[in-house]
Amino acid sequence: MNLTLKIWRQKGPTDKGQMVDYKVTEISEHMSFLEMMDVLNEQLINAGEEPVAFDHDCREGICGMCSMYINGEAHGPDRGVTTCQLHMRMFKDGDTITIEPFRATAFPVIKDLVVDRTSFERIQQSGGFISVNTSGNTQDANAIPIPKKDADDAMDAATCIGCGACVATCKNSSAMLFVGAKVSQYALLPQGRVEATERVQNMVAQMDLEGFGNCTNTGACEIECPKGISLENIARMNSEFMKASLKG
Amino acid sequence: MATLDSKTPKGPLKDKWTSYKNKIDLVNPANKRNIDVIVVGTGLAGGSAAATLAELGYNVKAFAYQDSPRRAHSIAAQGGINAAKNYQGDGDSSYRLFYDTVKGGDYRSRESNVHRLAEVSANIIDQCVAQGVPFARDYGGMLDNRSFGGVLVSRTFYAKGQTGQQLLLGAYSAMNRQIARGKIEMFNRHEMLDVVKVDGKARGIITRNLITGEIERHSAHAVVIASGGYGNVYFLSTNAMGSNATAAWKVHKKGAYFANPCYTQIHPTCIPRSGDYQSKLTLMSESLRNDGRIWVPKNMDDVMAIREGRKKPTDLSEEERDYYLERRYPAFGNLVPRDVASRAAKERCDAGYGVNKTGEAVYLDFKSAIERYGKEQAKIKGINAPSMEKIIELGTAIVEAKYGNLFQMYNKIVDEDPYKTPMMIYPATHYTMGGVWVDYNLMTTVDGLYCIGEANFSDHGANRLGASALMQGLADGYFVLPYTIGDYLSNDIRTGKIPTNTKEFDEAEKEVTERINFFVNNNGSKSVDYFHKKLGKIMWEKVGMARNEKGLKEAMAEIKAVREDFWKEVKVPGTADEMNPELEKAGRVADFLELGELFAKDALNRNESCGGHFREESAETDGPQKGEAKRNDKDYAYVAAWEYKGEPADAILHKEQLEFNDIELKQRSYK
Repeated sequence: MNLTLKIWRQKGPTDKGQMVDYKVTEISEHMSFLEMMDVLNEQLINAGEEPVAFDHDCREGICGMCSMYINGEAHGPDRGVTTCQLHMRMFKDGDTITIEPFRATAFPVIKDLVVDRTSFERIQQSGGFISVNTSGNTQDANAIPIPKKDADDAMDAATCIGCGACVATCKNSSAMLFVGAKVSQYALLPQGRVEATERVQNMVAQMDLEGFGNCTNTGACEIECPKGISLENIARMNSEFMKASLKG
Repeated sequence: MATLDSKTPKGPLKDKWTSYKNKIDLVNPANKRNIDVIVVGTGLAGGSAAATLAELGYNVKAFAYQDSPRRAHSIAAQGGINAAKNYQGDGDSSYRLFYDTVKGGDYRSRESNVHRLAEVSANIIDQCVAQGVPFARDYGGMLDNRSFGGVLVSRTFYAKGQTGQQLLLGAYSAMNRQIARGKIEMFNRHEMLDVVKVDGKARGIITRNLITGEIERHSAHAVVIASGGYGNVYFLSTNAMGSNATAAWKVHKKGAYFANPCYTQIHPTCIPRSGDYQSKLTLMSESLRNDGRIWVPKNMDDVMAIREGRKKPTDLSEEERDYYLERRYPAFGNLVPRDVASRAAKERCDAGYGVNKTGEAVYLDFKSAIERYGKEQAKIKGINAPSMEKIIELGTAIVEAKYGNLFQMYNKIVDEDPYKTPMMIYPATHYTMGGVWVDYNLMTTVDGLYCIGEANFSDHGANRLGASALMQGLADGYFVLPYTIGDYLSNDIRTGKIPTNTKEFDEAEKEVTERINFFVNNNGSKSVDYFHKKLGKIMWEKVGMARNEKGLKEAMAEIKAVREDFWKEVKVPGTADEMNPELEKAGRVADFLELGELFAKDALNRNESCGGHFREESAETDGPQKGEAKRNDKDYAYVAAWEYKGEPADAILHKEQLEFNDIELKQRSYK
């Protein structure tokens, strides 16, 4: 198929940036979206132009590196996928595709479609862990039985890949789904209860400090999340936060 | 030819690690504050090492080319992690895990390292659970296990099909705690481009900031390389796009020997390639072989009918299918080790029985499992005489709970529903058992330079068993290196900070800068990918699943020619002082073009078949094992460690003789 691409080009963090049109031809429906971008870049390199910078790594939907806002949707029109798993069979011959970076105050653009998501790192560093040292003599892994339901729910929360689609898609640029998922994973497990109070308080404080917006329950984050992280995690975080506040 | 000393402690195998730990020198906590350690790479090995070293009190500087340590490619490991916990009571023990790993590696790994790995395996699970890793549990709240290829017990712990992700996020959380304390200084989007040696010791690295292009100097008392494997030498592999061998290759060029580069794992269950534009291959976890049955049609007529779309795989009756693994290996069936399963798929496809248009695909079928689980569920739920429809509905739910994310991944890529029609799979490059040579301390042939995880060579021999990579990465990082590196650093308590304004750093930085400037100014006619794809094609065709003398010699000459053309014609747009992904790729491919030739040279030297390395000249010619790989213990029971001497073809071979005192060397039979 032949396509017109409207792509955000921005030389560096301080550059103003603009949308630029490109044409690609003979795109196979079996290609992934990023393979289509590879074709465009090869074309640009051969024409002596600078290729489009975009983040990507594992190309199997798990590393969370790829981003892109495609036709107004984080990770494009398909559901339950990252951009690297999006296939060209979702588009038609002659389509015009608009490709922008994830936009949020807390995700400044570095170059073209590449954004800086280190705000997520700082949130995790503020409390996204259990304070246990490596020793080789921690208690046996089966010493505390964990109900299957709790373990499964913790796992569902823990599948977050930290891509930032939830923030990019939220009209308030809220990171509540991301933070809620981490808070929930630990809140559901007995190992995580010990530090539950400080964790939720510290992570929420850091989230606010980074300039993420508030949650107004539109639920867009859950729909666009490539891993289907549930809104329940936001509710659980709010409840944990409330409990922590009451404790003082 | 020099021999290499592995520095394996004396004494009985089962006591080596314990007595070693009791005898090594320690660094007192106050002195650890004055010692710096660099860790390159933040996957399971690097991440766990960085966190643990920082917990101990060392000042750690950690480096990742990604924008976060959490994105290292360990994240993509699906199936599980082995540990000798014997929770299932099926007779497992450290010794059995050790035995299975040595046997699975086709008796080409170092016995003492593997035993240590098996010993610490149980600690890994305890540690990860304490960190909050949500492993799968049964209804009693206990940890669940599954089985993997090449073993007869269930010792694999898992978190759905995302075990690597959960383990890495565990290590990442431990890192975050230390980053918050200031004990780890994290450098994201930084790439190591050289190691700096001072008085023969590794004392620092040169890095490029991938956002600004700035070249930086970092010093430390020891350097740890944890940069993963070199599977991307094939261009197409299950590795991440950025996975590269540059850190490992740079240290090789500075004196670290490179061991067994020809030991590569071609994983049997990957999604077949679909076209020339393909950028990577996607793995379907080996855990699927617990429940999936692999087959091709028995009759060529059916093969042609399927390829031409006249028949569907579901149209074929049981009698018309060849479950070739069950036929050839009745004892292990679909759960033979990876190398055996890959070669068997290649054998059927080479004979013309491949089931897709390229002729390079076999079926992985879940129909039997869905029916089996469905019947079981009907019984549990007390449904009398359930209809086939009901059975399939119940069975599908179980298969979905076990492998849902993998089935979804397959569906998104191939656009077919694997619950209804069998998956198509074909082998692809996945893991590299070879790597930087290390001794028992995990130190390379350069003092103070360590190498851990997939980047080193030691534990998997010529073939890695499923769910053992995660085990090794975390064992090295959490439980082995933190001891062994202390023994070395105990001599550095009076050294003081290593200065970076010395001639050694000047020279290393100059070399790095010159190479970068060359790339951005060369203005050739072809992109980096053009050369990478050419290299990959040579590697796959001549240094792939089956190798022979003629092909390997041709490969060496062809790779050299591509390399020469690369240095003349490569084109890198943009400048050096900005974010420039093409420039990053150019440096990595330049190193692959050297590594590939050494890889072929090593494969040529090893005129035997062992594990993932199959030499056509060395196969059983008759008897029940006819056609199977033939090892040659008399001449090749050694580690081939190569010393860099300029051109890859001039590398000098050093041998580490492998001794097996606790295990009898046998032909590896899975029949």
